[in-house]
Amino acid sequence: MDCLAALCQLRPALGDLERNLAAHLEWIDRAAEAGADLVLFPELSLTGYFLRDLVHDLALRPDDRRLRELIAASTERTLVFGLVEEGDDHRCYNSTVIAEGGEVRHVHRKVHLPDYGIFEEGRYFAAGDRFTTWRGRLGRFGVLCCEDAWHLDSGWLHFLQGADALLVPCASPARGVDTEGPELGSEAAWRTLTEALARFDQAWVLHCNRVGFEDGAMYWGASSVVSPFGERVAAAAGAEEELLLQRLDSDAVRRARLFAPLRRDARPDLVRRHLARLLEDPDALRAAGEDAAGEA
Amino acid sequence: MALPPPPDCNVALAERVLTAFLREEAGKFGIDRAVLGLSGGVDSAVVLELAARAFGPERVLAVAMPYRTSNPVSLELARAAADHAGTRLEVVEITPMADAFIAAVPGLAEDDSRTGRLRQGNVMARCRMIVLYDRSAAAGALVLGTSNKTELLLGYGTIHGDLASAINPLGDLYKSQVFALARHLGVPAEIVARPPSADLWEGQTDEQELGFRYAEVDALLHRLVDRRRPRAALIADGFPAEFVDRIATRIRASQFKRRPPVIAKLAARTVNLDFRYARDWGV
Repeated sequence: MDCLAALCQLRPALGDLERNLAAHLEWIDRAAEAGADLVLFPELSLTGYFLRDLVHDLALRPDDRRLRELIAASTERTLVFGLVEEGDDHRCYNSTVIAEGGEVRHVHRKVHLPDYGIFEEGRYFAAGDRFTTWRGRLGRFGVLCCEDAWHLDSGWLHFLQGADALLVPCASPARGVDTEGPELGSEAAWRTLTEALARFDQAWVLHCNRVGFEDGAMYWGASSVVSPFGERVAAAAGAEEELLLQRLDSDAVRRARLFAPLRRDARPDLVRRHLARLLEDPDALRAAGEDAAGEA
Repeated sequence: MALPPPPDCNVALAERVLTAFLREEAGKFGIDRAVLGLSGGVDSAVVLELAARAFGPERVLAVAMPYRTSNPVSLELARAAADHAGTRLEVVEITPMADAFIAAVPGLAEDDSRTGRLRQGNVMARCRMIVLYDRSAAAGALVLGTSNKTELLLGYGTIHGDLASAINPLGDLYKSQVFALARHLGVPAEIVARPPSADLWEGQTDEQELGFRYAEVDALLHRLVDRRRPRAALIADGFPAEFVDRIATRIRASQFKRRPPVIAKLAARTVNLDFRYARDWGV
């Protein structure tokens, strides 16, 4: 895991694959000059986010020849980028691709597709059905694509599979100026979330958010790296394009897990028993809530 | 029972987001200059300040468009706003064009009923729109909107008139928040202190015409729209039931002003219904 990570907080052009591909190669060059081993891009970095009907126009397979040059750029460093993936059965996924050694090694299909507020991913994308940790040259990675991170179980599943780092590509729009403090409401929420995620899962958290505007909504950037102790060790200044560099060392993961052996003490067997019971008897959940109300 | 206060505004954050918004959304059109109507009121003064910061004052054109019944103080305040922002101010009298139209429509000039005054006010608002879009084409500049969230939700504006714009930085800020932002941006105090007015006839004020105060309606709208509080909770908050219902009805009744025209669906993919692309797709 000892490596230099580069988080590319860029501004994808909506629906312009060609321009975004060119931008990715430029950012990879910049990251390479800085000596980065791991180069991470935001969610849907090759297409832009607010796609609607463009989803069908932009969908491609990870072996599409238009991606060859980008994937070839992974011979000396690990690349993580986002695209609309068309599956064999023509379902479209919001996918995060990991390329290494000049080949696609892992694809994470976003599991939790937000469909509320300004989001409408469920209308356009099919949901992924797994959280699989991938072990590469640099260590063991788990991808949580934006909304995936809001579900506590997603990070925990990567934790159980021994992830050293959680890669969190995002396209998070700004909300909330009716508050005090220097941060947007959405920014403050993500800060708490990523710090907690790192603490619970004792792994590096690399949160790479995009910037720029789409139809009036601002993506607020502020990408960050959080240590396995839950400390925010690097953060981009704000909503401008920025290459954020941070060295990750596996010793931090080791120290965190020796300090508090959460992985050793995790009880997936217990969780499985409870889940099995709840899934067999969905009313059990509701009954538990009613009991609590009755006692009050 | 005292009503809850209107929503707060993190003004430093709002300034940062809105200047970036203007620069980037205009930049997508390949445009780095802006034009807007400057009324002498607080909304357009705030947009002018934001635009001057986003584009540089030399690339922003403010246009004051008085009609013969407009209060002369409005023009003085527009000058003060432009001076403060450091932008150019052009004064275009709309009286000749508005009066020519009004005179050409039988009975309109003499009609001083509510409808008559509304029609005349709409003619003025649409004359101003024509002037702004013409200046926009001449200067290669985008027309900036100045309608705030309170006005948009209440439908307090003229469709194809003051509601027309290319991009609008104020549309998600309530009037009370606009005032806070105005103070933060250093808008001249006499503009911030002046009672808001559409300035369509002498002595007109928004609050008198609307029948409630901005602070009250903003407090209600923020809870109703942003926080989705149900009617009973709003009444428990201290808002009179009649006020809650009147505002809810007004929001519903003005929905047409916030949406593009309804298109009759015939084909498999219909513009705006199931031919769905972001507006920014085209730029």
